[in-house]
Amino acid sequence: MALADDGPRHPNPPDDVPCTTCFLSETRSFPVTTPTHDLPTPAGGPDPGGSGISGGPGRDMDEPPKGASFVSYLLRKLGGALTSMILVIVLGFFAFRMLPGDPVLKIAKERPMSPAQIAELRSQYGLDKPVIVQFWDYLVGIFTGDFGESYVYRKPVAALIGEYLGPTLLLTATAAVIAIGLGLWLGQLSAWRRNSLFDKIASSTSLVFWSVPTFWLGLILLMIFGGTLQWLPTGGMITPGLDPWSLAGIVDIIKHLILPVITMVAVVYAQFLMVMRASLIEEMSEDYLTTARAKGLTEDEVRRKHAVPNALLPTVTVVFMHIGGLIAGAVTVEAVFSWPGLGKLTFEAISGPDLPLLQGTFVVFSAIIIVMNLAADIVYRFLDPRVRRA
Amino acid sequence: MPENDTTAEANAPEPNPRTSSATQPPVIDGAKLVRERRLNNAKKNWSLFRSDIPAMVGSIVLVFFILIAIFAPFIAPASMLDVTKQLDVPRYAPPSLAHPLGTDDLGRELWVRILWGARVSILVGVAATVMSMVIGTVMGLAAGHFSGLFGAIVMRIIDFFIVLPSLLLAIVLSSVLERGVFTIVIAIGLTSWASTARIVRSQTLSVESRLYIERARILGAGHSHILFKHMLPAVMPLVLANTTLTVGSAIIAESTLSFLGLGDTSKESWGTILKNSMDISAATSGYWWYVLTPGIAILLVVLAFTMVGRAFEAIINPALRSR
Repeated sequence: MALADDGPRHPNPPDDVPCTTCFLSETRSFPVTTPTHDLPTPAGGPDPGGSGISGGPGRDMDEPPKGASFVSYLLRKLGGALTSMILVIVLGFFAFRMLPGDPVLKIAKERPMSPAQIAELRSQYGLDKPVIVQFWDYLVGIFTGDFGESYVYRKPVAALIGEYLGPTLLLTATAAVIAIGLGLWLGQLSAWRRNSLFDKIASSTSLVFWSVPTFWLGLILLMIFGGTLQWLPTGGMITPGLDPWSLAGIVDIIKHLILPVITMVAVVYAQFLMVMRASLIEEMSEDYLTTARAKGLTEDEVRRKHAVPNALLPTVTVVFMHIGGLIAGAVTVEAVFSWPGLGKLTFEAISGPDLPLLQGTFVVFSAIIIVMNLAADIVYRFLDPRVRRA
Repeated sequence: MPENDTTAEANAPEPNPRTSSATQPPVIDGAKLVRERRLNNAKKNWSLFRSDIPAMVGSIVLVFFILIAIFAPFIAPASMLDVTKQLDVPRYAPPSLAHPLGTDDLGRELWVRILWGARVSILVGVAATVMSMVIGTVMGLAAGHFSGLFGAIVMRIIDFFIVLPSLLLAIVLSSVLERGVFTIVIAIGLTSWASTARIVRSQTLSVESRLYIERARILGAGHSHILFKHMLPAVMPLVLANTTLTVGSAIIAESTLSFLGLGDTSKESWGTILKNSMDISAATSGYWWYVLTPGIAILLVVLAFTMVGRAFEAIINPALRSR
């Protein structure tokens, strides 16, 4: 967090370990300083000090409960993910039934329809049944992969999502890999050369990128490289007519990928940078680094072989947790670059408004994010021997 | 502190006034002491804040934008936004002396739109943040203070909102509710409180273990006394610093929702301007001023809020200043 502000005033640079939270705030899912969000729920954990009224000083929300075996840990996490998924499914149903406007009347407005036709359309979408029956149909639909039919596309929502899922995964996975690599690499360099010019530039740049809306950054890139310079295509995933599996097709897809990926990376790498920086700074005061130096290792070896691996541990989970935010960022980026993915589908569903489609994309997006978080929890358990042993 | 007063007054009329005036400590006015201490603290904090150059620059930028937002109707009357009255104005005029920030596709001056957009953007940012802070504080206190089934349920709800990105939930909420500024406030406020709740909860847990809470409990304090007299003041500084930082992201969230077409199209906001520019694909047609200016306005305000918020946080949490 050392920007230009702590020049002469702070002879001791702020160690800013807790400060990771301070410049990234929630709408953009900021890096939480403490890595695991393994929250000992009073129900699942061991006895949290009676009624919690006299919770001992050691009782911290981020400390995994002692004595929990891996199986119970896994079950607890699975239970948590399952609860979240149930909440998503319930929310996905009831939120869309709160709508004041009648979707069928909206369709009917566009072309003349007789009341009989309207009633037929209503029964076609199942809107004439009682809410409970609709909910049951919806539940059965979700478990059989039937999300209803899109009002606008006139196609099953599940088929549409299946068609658009691939490009989104390609885009977000590429962006995630690059953002994580870049963020971690810059973060460890920043921490190692704390308060150097490099650190200040890296931190300020990430702060600026963090302060702009993702879609605006996309528009600017589109304007410069797609509009003025005309170096790169302005939208879509592939030039129509090209075979995506041929060499020319792959090169074409990569060209289309560049701008959306840069946009997504620019906005999220800052979070990874700050987490890595904070985590490494915390390690830097540890005694084992002095030992390593005393052994005669070079600074570079100390950093690469000793400090960074330890700092990586807490970083990994935070990184995983923020992939949710990255996936959500796909909505605006895909809208700007007309990338044929789930985000663009969501954007079109909003402007429809195409409720079954919006419902479907919401549930699928949420499911992806919940699964990623579950994976993060499990991976962390394997990575950190301290947590594993506990 | 009232006890100090009474003892001081009781000591004053003592039998031997001549010697007592020399040996007695001077009369202590407790209330005055507290006032002085607070004043000194405020002075110290103010000098800390003032020596933070980015924070000062940030506050100047903020004051500027808040002033133009308040006085927008006087600087540029609403009729300047009325499309039907823009007949002899060129469309798509690039920035020049006559049109400082250029004009849009309907011949409206962009600077007027930015001016009016500041009202909605800043208002929504602040209102949504206040809402998110209130929910976050209440949920965080509840999760930290109560245990058992109730605490567990609250914790699960917080967890749910931490896992799901708030943008996704805000899209769902604002697309099913009636379009409008208020809806955007609700959508952002209702979905972005989870990390505040988390911070408040961990602070609550650490305060709960302090001795003075135990003392209060032994003296018979109930939940409401402990929560409102002890916990709330203990977590408030943290929440306030977080508030300033959150306004920035709420403004970004507002512009994102407006950009996706979920905002109130009848009202100017920076996100709406960007949506209009996207609708006519200004980015690829060379109307750079149409895209650039609203984004720079957002960037400036968000950066300003972030700078000020960080300075607040550094004042509240000395550990951030120097270790």
